Amino acid sequence: MTETKKAKPVPASNGTTNGAAPLEGYAPVMYDIARENADEMKQHYYQMVLLRRFEERAREMYTKAKIGGYCHLNLGEEATIIGLMAALQEPDYIYTNYREHGYIIARGVEPGPVMAELFGKEDGISGGRGGSMHLFDASKHFMGGYGIVGGQCPLATGAAYAINYKGDPGVVLCQVGDSTTNIGAWYESLNLAALYNLPVIFFIVNNGFGMGTSVEEHSSEPDLWKKGDSFRIHGERVDGTDVLAVRDAARRLRERAEKERKPAIMDVVSFRFIGHSVIDSDRYRDQAEVKANRLKFDPITKFEQQLREAGMIDDAYVKEIGDRVEGEVQAAIDFADKSPAPKMEDMYQYMYATDVPNIISDAERELFEARLSGGK
Amino acid sequence: MPELTLLEAIRQGLDEAMAADARVFVFGEDVGRRGGVFRVTEGLLDKYGPLRVIDSPLAESVIVGACIGAAMNDARPIAEIQFADFIYPAFNQIISEAARIRYRSNDDWHVPLVIRAPYGGGIHGALYHSQSIEALFCHVPGLKVVAPATPYDAKALLKASLADPDPVLFLEHKKCYRLIKGQVPDGDYQVEIGKADIKRQGSDLTVLTYGLMLHYSLEAAEVLAGEDIDVEVVDLRTLRPLDTATILASVRKTSKLLIVHEDNLTGGLGGELAAIVAQEAFEQLDAPIMRVCGPDVPAMPYAKPLEEAFLPSPATIADAMRVLAAY
Repeated sequence: MTETKKAKPVPASNGTTNGAAPLEGYAPVMYDIARENADEMKQHYYQMVLLRRFEERAREMYTKAKIGGYCHLNLGEEATIIGLMAALQEPDYIYTNYREHGYIIARGVEPGPVMAELFGKEDGISGGRGGSMHLFDASKHFMGGYGIVGGQCPLATGAAYAINYKGDPGVVLCQVGDSTTNIGAWYESLNLAALYNLPVIFFIVNNGFGMGTSVEEHSSEPDLWKKGDSFRIHGERVDGTDVLAVRDAARRLRERAEKERKPAIMDVVSFRFIGHSVIDSDRYRDQAEVKANRLKFDPITKFEQQLREAGMIDDAYVKEIGDRVEGEVQAAIDFADKSPAPKMEDMYQYMYATDVPNIISDAERELFEARLSGGK
Repeated sequence: MPELTLLEAIRQGLDEAMAADARVFVFGEDVGRRGGVFRVTEGLLDKYGPLRVIDSPLAESVIVGACIGAAMNDARPIAEIQFADFIYPAFNQIISEAARIRYRSNDDWHVPLVIRAPYGGGIHGALYHSQSIEALFCHVPGLKVVAPATPYDAKALLKASLADPDPVLFLEHKKCYRLIKGQVPDGDYQVEIGKADIKRQGSDLTVLTYGLMLHYSLEAAEVLAGEDIDVEVVDLRTLRPLDTATILASVRKTSKLLIVHEDNLTGGLGGELAAIVAQEAFEQLDAPIMRVCGPDVPAMPYAKPLEEAFLPSPATIADAMRVLAAY
């Protein structure tokens, strides 16, 4: 191994707005904010602020031990999520990794049941069984957060196969992290997706780091959008701090996937505001640089600035949204607080769809009842 | 002797092994700059450099597979699986390759490889960060599986694993990492792989256990001592190969056997232990063999009450001891 490569984990604008030549691989930015629908823009802004505040409060709840285990936040990825979700349609299916709170909220699940899941409560979206990394909602075609890196890739590929097979509308969105592009399941999925012309978009949230290892250190091809080349899969890079750039690229590739049955890779670059998870002290990054980058690549301030310049929002609106979101997130916390804990006897539920004899042996039932009575 | 946590003892063992043998290197996700998710490998990158403490790509199959190849080529790699729950992409490499190379090469090649994997629950880690995996690997001839529960044993068994010419799966209980402290000698010493240890002498019944459950069983045994029930607690330490001599001697002495493990009941190590004892010490048994194990549900759930319901506790272990003692 040669000397450690220097990390360059920061998003870059493609430069078209200031007349410079686009960077290699970047999707063209075509939107003109002045021509956008003001109500839609304000909705995007509200949702981004909601995700930000939800995650900040989740972090706080973790420090208060209301949330335990492992908890990964979307701080800094708000434009990536909202831009993507604005492009997806109702029949589409969504698979994500374990950093998924924002995705399921943006998909339309109320913050209350999401927070309740983080708290491990009965009213949590997964009944408290999974916690932060395992959010599911079949009614929203939200096919889950996956705790094993890359675990979702073959599944998403298969879901796209079923869409083709049945002639259904829609596409599959498979969200992964940058590090997932190194695991075997990723390559196996790319091959199938291209070979069978599947309508699936592999959406890389490239925040520059797989936990504590930078993209340059973990991937021999740090231009992740190129990693589908040998599978003849089109890829492009998008500035993940620009909500409308993400929306436009996702919309275009989604339509292409649906109409032409062609998979695509989106390499969506953003900046991870904090460590990998709530308990990660982030000692492997230069903290002065992190602090500066948080300001430089904050997708919310960037979008807020765009909307102000377009005359769509003002101080009063920003305050109004701030207050509204504060109340909604507090209501989610209250909901989670008041929800009862899951019942111990429910632990054996949902192992099989039908009655299966002897799921619990007499010996195990006795042991379990002893546990329910606290060993007395 | 200095007192160390289980985690510190493993770190010290790694450090000493790397200092003593230039062939030893560490390969795994975030083991370098971050020092590992649990900080077991903290400080090793500074000391031994990026050639020997390698931040691997996120790809378990090639983490283990590349280490197998390096081991066959006279290196002494230590592969780290970040959480034991993540080991399944490497399952094929471990079972089909590492465990069989000596056998299928007719003793031409061997794989002196250590695979470290933090396992077990009680830390609120939920469905993919809490599981016990040992039974799946204990089934495989060609592999050795160790699960030390004390700092002393952890360092010693790590050294023994590194000295072993065959692949060893080295299991570290996550909850024990910082919870369990103990005396650890400086410098080199070893505990033989395949040797159990009687952690508490007793005459009324035998407990066979390992990992976190060792500590819960010892706690329960102390409670039972106050009730005039004298429990012997055997720490298996090595799960494959089993120390049948120590196991059988203890059961023959006490005539009663309780098996405690966190891994779920059906197909767990307890079944094998019970079969060995039933076959070899049937006439010395005064009671049916009992098991306190994790329940047969697909994974340890997240929510606190569900996690508590899953894990055997000192109280539930003590209850089973009482039933067995009264039999």
